[in-house]
Amino acid sequence: MSARHGDLLVKGVTYAALIALSVFMLFPFVWMLVSSFKPFPEIFAGRTFLPVEPTIANYVALFERYDALRKFWNSFYIATTATALSVFLCALGGYAFAKFDFPGRNMMFAIMLASMTIPFAVLLVPLFVMMRNTFGWIDTPWPLIVPGAANAFGIFFMRQYMLSVSDDMLDAGRIDGASEFGIFVRVVLPTALPGLASLGIIFFMASWNNFLWPLAVLRSEHMHTVPIMLNSLQGPPGRTAFDLLMAGSVLSVIPMLIVFFFLQRYLIAGITAGSVKG
Amino acid sequence: MSQFRPTTSPPVTPGVTGGPRRGPLRVLWRHRWPLLFVSPFFVLFAIFALYPIFFSLYLSFHEWRGIGPMRPAGLANYTRLFGDRIFWNSMLNSVILFFIYVPIMTFMAVVIATVLHGKFLKLQGMWRAIIFMPHLTSMVAAGFTFRLILDTHSGFANQAFQWLGLSPVPWLDDVWWARISLGLLMIWAWLGYNTIIMLAGLQTIPTEVNEAAAVDGATRSQVFWRITVPLLKPVILFAVTLSIIGTFQLFTEPYILTGGGPMRATETPVMQIFSSTFANLRFGYAAAMSYVYFVTIVVLAIVQFKLVTRGDR
Repeated sequence: MSARHGDLLVKGVTYAALIALSVFMLFPFVWMLVSSFKPFPEIFAGRTFLPVEPTIANYVALFERYDALRKFWNSFYIATTATALSVFLCALGGYAFAKFDFPGRNMMFAIMLASMTIPFAVLLVPLFVMMRNTFGWIDTPWPLIVPGAANAFGIFFMRQYMLSVSDDMLDAGRIDGASEFGIFVRVVLPTALPGLASLGIIFFMASWNNFLWPLAVLRSEHMHTVPIMLNSLQGPPGRTAFDLLMAGSVLSVIPMLIVFFFLQRYLIAGITAGSVKG
Repeated sequence: MSQFRPTTSPPVTPGVTGGPRRGPLRVLWRHRWPLLFVSPFFVLFAIFALYPIFFSLYLSFHEWRGIGPMRPAGLANYTRLFGDRIFWNSMLNSVILFFIYVPIMTFMAVVIATVLHGKFLKLQGMWRAIIFMPHLTSMVAAGFTFRLILDTHSGFANQAFQWLGLSPVPWLDDVWWARISLGLLMIWAWLGYNTIIMLAGLQTIPTEVNEAAAVDGATRSQVFWRITVPLLKPVILFAVTLSIIGTFQLFTEPYILTGGGPMRATETPVMQIFSSTFANLRFGYAAAMSYVYFVTIVVLAIVQFKLVTRGDR
């Protein structure tokens, strides 16, 4: 066999493997979508791929019986507020660590990095007690917005990003008599926009898909976010409303897919930062 | 940890900037802006992490149902925990699950990244996007979808097996198959993420290295095992460490896919902490559990790191 033939063979095998892998990756999305248009009996009894009697009743029921609009709004405003606040505070902290020399800086930075190793489950019990007994924040959006507002990962990420902001630009601002906060808002933030976008997408995605903590603190139905609503459609064995669940799952995935297709570059930049260096 | 570059600091003109003129306050005043900028993190960290951690330690020596008075319990929570088979079983489950999916997933991620990096394929961006897409999905939505597909009696997976003439598999109804099913969901959700990390690592390897090896007559698999993998080692180590931490933090996936069953085969430590708190209202016991769990993870991470870096010096 000549080298050329060997190359063709390798290529063919590679494409075949990638196609198989893509089927595995995409199939759950496809199944979610086709099942969401099936009536409940057909989901279990029906052995067909496509719905025999397609219906949008599942979607309608989700909004009429379970007030899905309210839950989507809850998810949306919590994710938006949490993201905006965190990105701002992380940029502020990252900027200070990257561009200022101040007493205790290295120690503070080390403490911050060390704090990243604390798994959330360790905080679950005491934080829940605090939210309920001290702050009275059960069934409010605050536990999902405030405690994580200035998180170590975000500050670390923004610091790496801010290192490349030019000092000349900052000094020019100072000579013009701008305040340090003014320089941050008018000079630093605009130049760091791609970094803010990366971090913002990661935070938004994390908040939108968050499950454990909202499950603990959002107790009343009208406060539920989308993942909690989906979980509540679960019933005793055999009674789980998979028809509505699949409709809700499709709707929960769509915003993320839209974000992904338009801002893929920023998301990938955010994920890879810190993995190679640092 | 990375080194700090020399940085600028705002010029100080005493008398013009105002504030105290001498003493430690003057130092603080001089650096008031950066200190103010980093303060949100430290204030929130103190209130919502440091204080709770100490409160949790205090709680772990008490018995408390979440309301009413706490009763001092001494070491009772800890001694009970060390004999708690259900808890240690959940820790063991995490270790088993780790070995079920992490080696395969990491290997696949390195191979796929190498292939995508190799430039000889068309539509690279498309393949990358497809492999990454599951990572965006809510694990609640994904967990329910997998549960539907893998249902032993009416799921599509067994239907497809039947069409292919294979016998049905008890995906979620058998101890080991349930673990494998959970591993499948984990690979589905995290393969893309790991591939992206490996791709970023590959981009730091100069292409001349591979080209030189190819000129010297090395085969593809030789280049992969003798050049790509060793050069990628730090990135692989980083990804595996993330996977260890991630596996021990698992909650949503098993909670939705299997509910921890069958026979507690897929129950995780975080599920145990959650149910001790919210189902059994044993707050002190849950706090003790969190501590033991945390210490175990730290020890495991250190051991893994030592094992992997052993040969390097």
